[in-house]
Amino acid sequence: MLTGTVVVAASFAYLMLLFAVAWYGDRRAEQGRSIIANPWTYAMSLAVYCTAWTYFGSVGRAASGGVWFLPIYLGPTLAMSLSWIVMLKMIRISRTYRITSIADFIASRYGKSHLLGGLVTIIAVVGMVPYIALQLKAISSGYSVLTGSDDSGVFPFATASWFNDGTLYVALTLAVFTVLFGARHLDAAERHEGMVAAIAFESVVKLLAFLVVGGFVTWSVYEGFGDIFARAFANPDLAALLSLQTASTAGYGGWFAMTLLALLSVIFLPRQFQVTVVENVNEQHLRRATWLFPAYLLLINIFVLPIALGGLLYFGRGTVDPDTFVLSLPLAHGEKALALLAFIGGLSAATGMVIVETIAVSTMVCNDLVMPLLLSTKRFKRNVHPDLTGLLLGIRRGAIVVVLLLGYLYFRLAGEAYALVSIGLISFAAVAQFAPAMLGGMYWRGGTRDGAFAGLLAGFVVWAYTLMLPSVAKSGWLDRDFLDQGLFGLDYLRPEQLFGLAGLDSISHALFWSLTANIACYVLVSLARVPTGQEATQATLFVDVFSRGQDAPATFWRGRAQVQDLQPLVARFLGAERARRMFEAYARERGVRSIEELKPDAGLVQFAETQLAGAIGSASARVMVSSVVQEEPLGLDEVMDILDEASQVRAYSHELEEKSQALEAATAELRAANERLTELDRLKDDFMSSVTHELRTPLTSIRAFSEMLLDDPKIDLKDRTRFLTIIVSETERLTRLVNQVLDMAKIESGHAEWHNTDIDMRELVGHAAETTDQLFRDRGAVLEIDLPDAAPHLRADRDRLLQVLLNLLSNAAKFVPDGAGVARVRLSAETGQLRVDVTDNGPGIAPEQLGVIFEKFRQGGDERSRPQGTGLGLPISRQIVEHFGGRLWVQSRPGEGATFSFVLPLPLESERGAGHAMT
Amino acid sequence: MAKKILIADDEQNIVISLEFLMKREGYEVSIANDGDEAARRIRAEKPDLVLLDVMMPKKSGFEVCQEVKSDPELQSVRILMLTAKGRDTEVAKGLALGADAYMTKPFSTKELVERVRSLLAER
Repeated sequence: MLTGTVVVAASFAYLMLLFAVAWYGDRRAEQGRSIIANPWTYAMSLAVYCTAWTYFGSVGRAASGGVWFLPIYLGPTLAMSLSWIVMLKMIRISRTYRITSIADFIASRYGKSHLLGGLVTIIAVVGMVPYIALQLKAISSGYSVLTGSDDSGVFPFATASWFNDGTLYVALTLAVFTVLFGARHLDAAERHEGMVAAIAFESVVKLLAFLVVGGFVTWSVYEGFGDIFARAFANPDLAALLSLQTASTAGYGGWFAMTLLALLSVIFLPRQFQVTVVENVNEQHLRRATWLFPAYLLLINIFVLPIALGGLLYFGRGTVDPDTFVLSLPLAHGEKALALLAFIGGLSAATGMVIVETIAVSTMVCNDLVMPLLLSTKRFKRNVHPDLTGLLLGIRRGAIVVVLLLGYLYFRLAGEAYALVSIGLISFAAVAQFAPAMLGGMYWRGGTRDGAFAGLLAGFVVWAYTLMLPSVAKSGWLDRDFLDQGLFGLDYLRPEQLFGLAGLDSISHALFWSLTANIACYVLVSLARVPTGQEATQATLFVDVFSRGQDAPATFWRGRAQVQDLQPLVARFLGAERARRMFEAYARERGVRSIEELKPDAGLVQFAETQLAGAIGSASARVMVSSVVQEEPLGLDEVMDILDEASQVRAYSHELEEKSQALEAATAELRAANERLTELDRLKDDFMSSVTHELRTPLTSIRAFSEMLLDDPKIDLKDRTRFLTIIVSETERLTRLVNQVLDMAKIESGHAEWHNTDIDMRELVGHAAETTDQLFRDRGAVLEIDLPDAAPHLRADRDRLLQVLLNLLSNAAKFVPDGAGVARVRLSAETGQLRVDVTDNGPGIAPEQLGVIFEKFRQGGDERSRPQGTGLGLPISRQIVEHFGGRLWVQSRPGEGATFSFVLPLPLESERGAGHAMT
Repeated sequence: MAKKILIADDEQNIVISLEFLMKREGYEVSIANDGDEAARRIRAEKPDLVLLDVMMPKKSGFEVCQEVKSDPELQSVRILMLTAKGRDTEVAKGLALGADAYMTKPFSTKELVERVRSLLAER
């Protein structure tokens, strides 16, 4: 056993250390070098979720229900991974509108309603009292286990009269610490950096302490996980704990209800709201927390089963309260220091919860319960206090003390009847009542104040009737009869089997009925009435918080205000000096030099109200501001008009921006397309113009001669013959031209047909030479043929290649000098290709003409002596050669004749094989 | 005295037909096969009328027309432009450059003769 002095001294030393951490945190915050502005601290502060209930109670629950303790931790893990977007929205809304508690959140959302804020506060206080009692119970029973102050049993419960007083002292000590942490001074944003630092520190301490005890039980008392589980399986009583079926009589429904309960709690518990939302310094931190916090939960749960099983194996069932195994196991093995460490860990968990919870609840009590009442008294309104900051602080401190004393009272009333976990679950079920109004408020514009009020009230009443009252009754403070027979003896009103719903454990049962009543009332009452202007305003601000951005919210306000009225008002609640600094900062932000120059507009009123909201809640702030400014209430229609207008203007400008961008892009595209088209058009125009010209020229001769022959039948025979010859040749020219134009068009458009066969070029060149032989002989010219002995075969369209050869040879025949012409066609095999050269001894081609002759309708040669041609022969030839992967070019110097050459690639061996196989 | 007509075209068959046509009408005919030659002959022979093809090597009919019309000594020379490119812009361009008349190929021999006759009758 440890002496009481040692335990108390150690506890105080630990609390002082905690306070030092908080003080350091506050100092660093003042210097602007925050130690909590990092995701790790944030995630650790979220672990305030793990209270003494986790620390001691999980082991107790595992000892009685096996894996049944798990849903309480599955819920938060699910919440962090699935609903972090909901949390992000809560953070954004709260930051934007300076919301400092869950009561404020709900009150503000439904039209800044005092009534709602008050109801939420009452639910929170009533719901949290058992939870705080639970912490006190954990500390006091832990203390009694450590000191063994009662000799009546091995490790008995603390029931001695002086010790009950001791719990009272614990409560009072915690109250003092909470005041020190959370209500030393007033902050408009309700942020407590020092407290967060201390909470994060506590989370580390309790995790380490629990891991050390777990490690001790697992590896020192037993021989590892395997050993403990093997022993447990050997014991039929314990083996049942490890199976899912027997672990809970409620089955899957119970698991689901429990997981849902924990999921909602981790979002809506007042202390979770405080650390997750109010104390959040950076939205980005939430991302890291989505996996860090579940990881923390996993770690702190690893040793729950081993400790529970180890304790049951060691002590047996019914001798020692499993809730105290964390302490009693080390003590039973004589590890006093370890037991003390375990106690400090539990103390950490308990104090962390109590501090944050009471701060959160006291903020609500002050802002949403006491302030509205004070503000509504005539005396308060008339009596213009110079400074209300002292009063505000007093109220908060008082609320902290009262809440803790209420917790103590509940502990005295009901604490003994329940195990730790069951008490905690009652609180969880109360908190779950906030879910419909909160979620509906963030995602549904239709929710009204009346709906939220009806839902909360219905849920709360059902919760009290099905869970709270039975808990008190079971403690013997109420007649138990109504539990068994129902209210007024009506069977279907039995609190734990309402309307005959049986087969669920009491928590699932209560959760089912309270949430059903809550949601039904919320939705139905909301739908019964159209939201008022104020409700619609707030609904829009909350639901659309992401799309509105961080800048000034849309102003739905009309009236007259004066800086001279607003500044003193803010000063009353926040202090004159601070109010002056705030207004000066606001003036700078607005770009004016002094406070006096501020325009008394809607923005200023909004600013003052937001500042006040941080200190006294949004509903009270609204009342205070409206007392000093003259304003005209806006009807729903007007709010809708403003909203419509604003959103329309936004939509318009957005649309315009998009359109102008689209237009610009389209213009650029059009310009580019136009340029391409113009270019194509120009090319087509050139082509068309050339074709037109080429067609009209022979037509001109044909028409002229025909008309002349027609006009004058007496033209002499010689002229007649000459004219008819010209007509025939021009007709031929026209036919050739049409054919070639079509040919060209086909090749260019890719519609030409190619009939590829195996070709022996020696044979083909010979054939072409034979065909053109007459042309050369007509000009008195000679054509020399130079063929190799053998040449590899090609694969190409025979007629097309012949067309190329005929074109080149007939060109040569045209250009050789009369009577002395010599032309030469040569075939040669080169590596991978065949080459054909057609050489003539004509006039040659001027250098500037060399490139041009391959263009359409650009015939070379001296015009006067230019032979007839369409000007398409060479372009077509080049297209054909290039189609087969070859090249056609010319070499020439004026006066020295010209050589037209082309090469055609030979097929690869493999292709040739395939080609042969095909033919 | 027979009027002098210069036929300027690079298409031999057209030249032949025009020559035959003009001679049949009793005009004195000379021939140029490109733009340069046409300009040279106009200066040397000062014909009464030029049948001027637009698309000619070395110098286009437009250039020749412009040269003639900007030369005060050649004010008496009438120009009838002939073109195979029948587009309106070509016609407009030719007239803007001072051509006295414009005909597109293929032309009706009767119409051509009419035009030539009326152009020569104008003075």
